[in-house]
Amino acid sequence: MRYEAPGSVDEAVKLLADANGAARVLAGGTDLLVQLRAGMISPEVVINIKDISETKGITADGGGFCIGATVSGAEMGEHAALVAAWPGVVEGVELIGSTQIQGRATMVGNLCNASPAADGVPALIAAGATCTVAGPNGQREVPVADIPTGPGKNSLANGEFIVNVKLPARPGNASDAYLRMIPRTEMDIAIVGAGVNLVLDDSGTCTEASVILGAVGPKTITVDAAAAALVGTKVDEAALAACAAAASAAATPIDDKRGTVVYRTKVSGVLASRAAAIAAERARS
Amino acid sequence: MAKHHITTTINGEEAEYLCEPQETLLDVLRDQVGLTGTKEGCSSGDCGACSVMLDGRLVCSCLVLGVEAAGKAVETIEGMADGENLHPLQQKFLEEAALQCGFCTPGVLVAAKALLDTNNNPTETEVRYWLAGNLCRCTGYDKIIRAVMDTAADMRGA
Amino acid sequence: MNEQPKQYKWVGTRAIRPDGVDKVTGRAMYGADLALPGMVEGKVVRSPHAHARIISIDTSKAEALKGVTAVITAADMPVADSKPVASGEAMINFKDLANNVLAREKALYEGQAVAAVAATTAAIAEKAAALVVVNYEVLPHVIDVMEAIKEDAPVLHDDMFTGGVKPKPEKASNVANRVEFALGDAEAGFAAADLVIERKFTTEPVHQGYIEPHAVVADMNPDGKVDVFCSSQGHFMVRAFCSQLLHIEMSKIKVTAAEIGGGFGGKTTVYLEPLAIMLSRKSGRPVRMTMSREEVFRGSGATSGAAMTIKMGATKDGKITGAYAELYLQAGAFPGSPVGPAAMTAFAPYDLDNVKVVGFDVVSNRQKVVAYRAPGAPISEYGVESVVDELASELGIDPIEIRTINAAKEGTQAAYGVKFGTIGFQETLDAAKATEHFKTPLGPNQGRGVASGFWFNIGGESCAGIRVNEDGSISLTEGSPDIGGSRASMALMAAETLGVDYHSIKPSVVDTDAIGYHFVTGGSRVTFATGMAVVEASKAAIDELRARAAKVWDVDVDGVVWEDGHAKPASTNVGDFEPMSLAEIAKVANKTGGPISGHADINAKGAGPAFGTHICDVEVDPDTGHVTVLRYTAVQDAGRAIHPAYVEGQIQGGAVQGIGWALNEEYIYDKNGRLENAGFLDYRVPVASDLPMIDAIIVEVPNPTHPFGVRGVGEVPIIPPLAAVSNAVAAATGVRFNQLPLSPPTILAGIAASK
Ligand SMILES: Cc1cc2nc3c(=O)[nH]c(=O)nc-3n(C[C@H](O)[C@H](O)[C@H](O)COP(=O)(O)OP(=O)(O)OC[C@H]3O[C@@H](n4cnc5c(N)ncnc54)[C@H](O)[C@@H]3O)c2cc1C
Ligand code: FES
Ligand code: FES
Repeated sequence: MRYEAPGSVDEAVKLLADANGAARVLAGGTDLLVQLRAGMISPEVVINIKDISETKGITADGGGFCIGATVSGAEMGEHAALVAAWPGVVEGVELIGSTQIQGRATMVGNLCNASPAADGVPALIAAGATCTVAGPNGQREVPVADIPTGPGKNSLANGEFIVNVKLPARPGNASDAYLRMIPRTEMDIAIVGAGVNLVLDDSGTCTEASVILGAVGPKTITVDAAAAALVGTKVDEAALAACAAAASAAATPIDDKRGTVVYRTKVSGVLASRAAAIAAERARS
Repeated sequence: MAKHHITTTINGEEAEYLCEPQETLLDVLRDQVGLTGTKEGCSSGDCGACSVMLDGRLVCSCLVLGVEAAGKAVETIEGMADGENLHPLQQKFLEEAALQCGFCTPGVLVAAKALLDTNNNPTETEVRYWLAGNLCRCTGYDKIIRAVMDTAADMRGA
Repeated sequence: MNEQPKQYKWVGTRAIRPDGVDKVTGRAMYGADLALPGMVEGKVVRSPHAHARIISIDTSKAEALKGVTAVITAADMPVADSKPVASGEAMINFKDLANNVLAREKALYEGQAVAAVAATTAAIAEKAAALVVVNYEVLPHVIDVMEAIKEDAPVLHDDMFTGGVKPKPEKASNVANRVEFALGDAEAGFAAADLVIERKFTTEPVHQGYIEPHAVVADMNPDGKVDVFCSSQGHFMVRAFCSQLLHIEMSKIKVTAAEIGGGFGGKTTVYLEPLAIMLSRKSGRPVRMTMSREEVFRGSGATSGAAMTIKMGATKDGKITGAYAELYLQAGAFPGSPVGPAAMTAFAPYDLDNVKVVGFDVVSNRQKVVAYRAPGAPISEYGVESVVDELASELGIDPIEIRTINAAKEGTQAAYGVKFGTIGFQETLDAAKATEHFKTPLGPNQGRGVASGFWFNIGGESCAGIRVNEDGSISLTEGSPDIGGSRASMALMAAETLGVDYHSIKPSVVDTDAIGYHFVTGGSRVTFATGMAVVEASKAAIDELRARAAKVWDVDVDGVVWEDGHAKPASTNVGDFEPMSLAEIAKVANKTGGPISGHADINAKGAGPAFGTHICDVEVDPDTGHVTVLRYTAVQDAGRAIHPAYVEGQIQGGAVQGIGWALNEEYIYDKNGRLENAGFLDYRVPVASDLPMIDAIIVEVPNPTHPFGVRGVGEVPIIPPLAAVSNAVAAATGVRFNQLPLSPPTILAGIAASK
């Protein structure tokens, strides 16, 4: 295995393209090193993108935010304005692993690793985020929802990597939330995850909503019916119950060592409605 | 396989080592640099026994490549005491019996110091969540949490 | 809490441990921390199959790899006899042990060692291990204990016929042994009951989960002498086992105890040590071997999964009239589950007239189980304490009250044979009842559980040496690896006995050449047995010190007494001499006969049984099944807490291991018998944020056979939590689960089924 630490986007793209699929991008390394160690992957070259300035830092961007691909979870949590605007996106990323993991792990790594149970992804998709993909043909903007394509698989082509993620501007009475179910309180992979993003009008009626489930299908599930159950309501009990029912109905989980189909189906609804209630509460305050 | 020649700072001193690209910072610290106070409990980021500071951030050294430490500052348990003077956390851990086998202790101490360096008034819940990535199988955490809280109280009092 | 009793100056204090600074500064040397010049790294080749015949092993490719210094298989190891050999108090079947260390004809579990390699770097060793070609014939496997006893289950050992039944069975089976004992007539007891409850329970296999993986460095000289440095709960055990397995005289093997990063019973046997010796012999170089976390989970430690039936009857005023238990415990690949102690402890907390217990030791395709804190007792007492709880709630009796009504006391005949001497069970119940915790009201979805636990505690062989140095400082040597502060306790007992400053004593755990045989650190024996040796060695040193003072004063030794660290004339009749301090006597030792020391080599008897009672509050999320432990109190009779902080630490740590066992820890196998959760991410030991503080309350009912009253504390605290947690969950949800772990999916399914 070779190690490279390019200083520019172009250099990185060239190294990636030259390796012809045998390269891996290294961001926080919290997935990559575990996979290397377990022998699950054996790349010819590992490309550390942390020396590329475009991948660093969080910048306010036309009312939204641009988050560099190598920004760690800890950095996101320390960014007060980001936390205020997108608490759900940040809490999703902050749930990843321990303090130690937070010091390294990135949201983009979480996205590209494409685990169905990724905690950083549902709220990010619910937020309608996009990302900048750099590749041999230049850069393109892609909805983050299009990146993961299945367990461990993403849509990036040979030579491509993600430079940053963009969160859009949003009105004042909008907010989001992410909840996951794990058996312990920390250090577990989600059995179910639910991210909800919503916008209220001045009367407190929900005008827009997005409900995304994690860990209950090969990739995240966008539950339009659950969102529709919230839109037009004050996000009251009846709406939450309808949202829960829709989320449970949309879940397509499997039985595995972490949970059963029955359990995941039920808890999908529980978490979706709880996350919706939290997002609404945040949007109101 | 070419080895990389890495120059870095470890516990305030310049250090050099040769390492293979796939070697972790943990491997390097223990096997090349001879600092075996940083422990390996899992090599997968789950136990925190390998906790070190990397440019001021708490990380698992088992999830950092040795080559990534180039030009950075690494702090390990060996650098925590100031010569003969133990860090207040080390002293409190001894006084309050916050270790049994002691294997998790270096990682716990490095992690707890990282917390107290930024927050000298953490709640019990904050300490518990901060240390959730440091597994201890001996103590049930009780005395560890108390020792961290008591050290923080001393630091505030001082 | 009883703090330091007045008559003691050191015993009962919270002194700083002598090995403490090394452990908070990273200096302490654990198993993997030693590097020797020329050292090579060893790696084990493990079976990927749960059950397979080994047709052939081709090591040629591995041997040919550059940097490889040795490759070994079972063919390199002497063939062992199948008969059990006494090793300390344990009976060891070295044929089984040899097979467990390196499979010969069959691999009996996924992760069993089949070969090992050594190479100049760990990376090369790993590559070489992958080049060892093992040709397997995969056989059907069985893991679950109740599956394993079925008529048509795959049989692991075709020469295994159930022991303990007459006549000897004609057919080989997976039931290695049947144990049974009875007191009175259980059936008559049930007939006399107003309420009889019979329940079936299951528990899943769990691992000790020590954070330090097994590690060893071995160096064999061309002249056949071997140095071993390893992390274990008994370096004398390592010496004995390696000697037996490899046919090397004990005197040629020197084992040095590394600091040990947790064991909880899991490091009371050998895995890597014999392999490292063989690889070193072949390599002609020192060899280091360490297990990965995955190897630890697959190939080491762990205790039984179990199934059981518990039946108990009581009168309406709460007197238990009859009790019956039928226990099935997984042994793993070779016989030797802890079904014996499980059966013996099951009903031991209670004064019962009619008891019957039957137990079965069942092999299946898992790693050979090894001791885990109070081996067997958490399993059987979980079932019993659950039924006791159900009896109490059905009869409308407070859970502490029903235990008080039936509590074993001095003179109680335990069903397993002994008549109890002074014991402190009732005292733990009284202390639990008196807590503020027990009286605090609960909120919605919350529940409180109470459970008790019993463990025998053991004695066994220990030695100690007290050397009085020329300056009056003391070098204390013993041979019990210090797993949680025992050096401090040894020094406290020596200081108390000698009447000297604790800080003038330096305790060392010395190698196998330097002191006599010690049984392993386990069974809660060290403070009791090694402590007893330390006290006796101290007394022997005192006798010598008195003799020296007598010489200086030119009086008869009987005229000299030892008080408060000084030799004094026994009475004015002896003469008017200034008392001589230990240091003063030491200073003139060369004129009175040379160096001064005291030694004791003992086999400690009379360990004091110990009891604990725990109270647990939980809250259950009715929609997700998630359990939060809100509050936890653990009361235990320690006999005498030599170092109360480390006693509390044992109680807290044990309680949390029990909580983990109850809530989320379990081995999960796929359909091929491969472990699916061989890592800390999915083998869920409790993390700091899962827990509240654990209030440890020490009760002291001294054990009359120990000079300071020590009973031993390490085992009991893991026993009550299983039932305390599950009784609390039952109270919170109104559902009795009768199975562990109480993971969220299990709880939600149970709640749904009850509706
Ligand atoms: C102990 C532990 C606990 C964990 N807990 C959780 C958890 O609770 N929830 C959870 O979701 N995950 C968890 N994880 C997984 C992991 O931490 C996260 O997925 C993390 O976000 C990955 O980010 P990273 O920067 O470390 O990624 P890396 O390991 O650096 O990369 C991950 C993958 O993405 C690719 N990649 C990274 N950046 C880019 C880029 N910019 N462009 C293209 N490809 C890229 C890499 O090549 C690699 O394939 C845990 C991991 C550990 C070790
Ligand atoms: S060894 Fe790095 S987290 Fe366990
Ligand atoms: S003290 Fe042993 S693991 Fe923490």
